[in-house]
Amino acid sequence: MANLEPTKQRTGLVAIDGAMALIVILLIVQIWLLSATLEAFLAGHAGPVIPAAIFSGLLFFACVTLNAFVARIDRSSKER
Amino acid sequence: MSLLHNPSKDPLRKDEFSVFTSDERYVNRRQFTKFLTLASLGMFVGNLWIVLKSYLSKKPTYPIAEVPSLEEVPVRAVKLFSYPTPKDNCIMVRTAEYEYVTYSQKCTHLSCAVYYSAKNDRHECPCRQGFFSIKDGSVLQGPPPRPLPQIVLEREGGRLIATGVKVRGNG
Repeated sequence: MANLEPTKQRTGLVAIDGAMALIVILLIVQIWLLSATLEAFLAGHAGPVIPAAIFSGLLFFACVTLNAFVARIDRSSKER
Repeated sequence: MSLLHNPSKDPLRKDEFSVFTSDERYVNRRQFTKFLTLASLGMFVGNLWIVLKSYLSKKPTYPIAEVPSLEEVPVRAVKLFSYPTPKDNCIMVRTAEYEYVTYSQKCTHLSCAVYYSAKNDRHECPCRQGFFSIKDGSVLQGPPPRPLPQIVLEREGGRLIATGVKVRGNG
């Protein structure tokens, strides 16, 4: 495991930071979605419950994909 | 499946506690990303829980109860009683000779007790100035997110019978 050149390392870190920012945005949307769904459910509206769960699942899948992307960059930084 | 397991040949301790200071930044970011992904999983599980809850929860059943001392209430006056449980206070207003409307007395904002304002012909919550229509319980003003739950009344001869509670959303 060698120390990386500063520019390469910086590029990797910027990519990871970008992915992290995206995950944070997705997570904020998920938090809003959960609170809105709960509010609707408690108000007696069961209609948006299933679409919200599907959309939340898609957001979770996107987060997992970004997490895998971060792991890949992390790995490639070690292999170089 | 390289996405789900760590293909690094290094042992975990070497992977997580690098001797190189520059690698520490990667480790911190990777761990934080894992934490965010787990939080995302938590949100998804929360949504699934609501789906399960909406399918498994039974429709509430309400007792049938007579509204007491109906004849004592003059027109545009109020009677308080409890329905469906002794803890649930209701407010009934006699709007005309043979017309009654009854709502839960709990404000849908922070559960303060609403009272009838005969002057403005509406229910008013004194805590945050939330006003509700006397016709259908809908929110006229203020922070309450939903209309007041309405008690379903049926007439049986000269008696009024409470048979259920109608909860409505803000739509």
